[in-house]
Amino acid sequence: MATDKVDPIHQFHLNDLIPVNIGGLDLSFTNSSLFMVIVAVVTAGFLYLTTANRGLVPTRLQSISEMSYEFVASMLRDGAGSQGMRFFPFVFSLFMFILVANLVGMVPYFFTVTSHIIVTFAFSMLVIGLVVVYGFWKHGFHFLNLFVPSGVPGALMPLVVMIEVISFLSRPISLSVRLFANMLAGHITLKVFAGFVFSLGSMGAIGIGGAILPLAMTVALTGLEFLVAFLQAYVFAVLTCMYLNDALHPGH
Amino acid sequence: MFVTPAFAQAQETEEMQSGNGGAEMHTETGVADHGGGHEAGFPPFDSSTFPSQLLWLAITFGLFYMFMNKVVVPRIGGILEHRRDRIAQDLDEANRLKEEADNAIAAYEQDLATARNKASEIGQEARDKAKAAADAERSKVEAELSERMAEAEKSIADIKAKALKEVDAIAVDTATDLVKHLLGGSVTKAEVDAAVRDVAGK
Repeated sequence: MATDKVDPIHQFHLNDLIPVNIGGLDLSFTNSSLFMVIVAVVTAGFLYLTTANRGLVPTRLQSISEMSYEFVASMLRDGAGSQGMRFFPFVFSLFMFILVANLVGMVPYFFTVTSHIIVTFAFSMLVIGLVVVYGFWKHGFHFLNLFVPSGVPGALMPLVVMIEVISFLSRPISLSVRLFANMLAGHITLKVFAGFVFSLGSMGAIGIGGAILPLAMTVALTGLEFLVAFLQAYVFAVLTCMYLNDALHPGH
Repeated sequence: MFVTPAFAQAQETEEMQSGNGGAEMHTETGVADHGGGHEAGFPPFDSSTFPSQLLWLAITFGLFYMFMNKVVVPRIGGILEHRRDRIAQDLDEANRLKEEADNAIAAYEQDLATARNKASEIGQEARDKAKAAADAERSKVEAELSERMAEAEKSIADIKAKALKEVDAIAVDTATDLVKHLLGGSVTKAEVDAAVRDVAGK
């Protein structure tokens, strides 16, 4: 049991809370689903309640909401220009959802929604899908100019176009794997060091003395993980803005 | 309750399901029952959980997005816009008041300059008038004085003439007396006159 207790992978298991099965597909309401709901409700509730007064002079909590709004707005404006502001609700939702999901995951015993690749992959496919659909809808086949950089000599063109296509196709993968791997690795590392504390602690007096080191490490890593939680949400949102910029202005 | 596809991962999920009755995965029972979990592979790569995760992600994120789009973003945007407008309005008002103050200062300075000009004008006028009056007074006094001087000179001349005339009479008298005393004779007045006139060369 002690080995199971310190199993670092265990925290990523999904448990059905309300089993649902439709047409042979397992659509159960799991702990992951529960935390998705928690993330959505907590974020929406915070943003809704703190801005309820519509204060001209913001309270502390209201200014947190306003700062997140302006943070995402300036990110989007810098990344995709003022035309990109039409995607603001999407980028804002994406950033807030991922950020809160990452932060909620930092609470002990809480599930980290973004530590599952299917979730991050769904987000990145949503972004790339939006880029492709909007790009073709707005520019038609001129959207394909994205793959043809100007000022490249004709002989090199096939090679360059191939590289551009590959880099475009790898975007959803890199976008999703970056977030997923960061959250997963962070939580595994935390769990491994915390597991050392547990194992050493059960070995008597010397063990307890030795457990101080991994404990300090766990504390430090917790701080680091909070940074990573914010940073990865930020990176995801910034890259979303850059990809949306490609959809808005496909010519390089 | 499960129509499980017959592969190990799903079986494992079911086993866990029945084992801990859907309780929190971190309970010790859950851990114990789930001892064989490692064989099922790495949970994030367990594709049997994908449909459920995708469905619930779509539902939660979809609703979250709609709520953001319809309620939160317009509201925060409205708050920020309102504040920006209010600040711009206040700045305009401040500029307007400043302009007014500037105008008032300019008007005040102009009034001050006009008043100063007027004052110096009045001063100049007064000075000119005073000078003119003084000049007139002086010339009048001078004229009077020269008139009086002329009068005095005239009276001096008169007196002198009169005195000189009297000198003749005195000379006649004196000569008559002298002649009478020295010569003991008498001379007529006509003779003495003639003699005096000769002496005087008249």
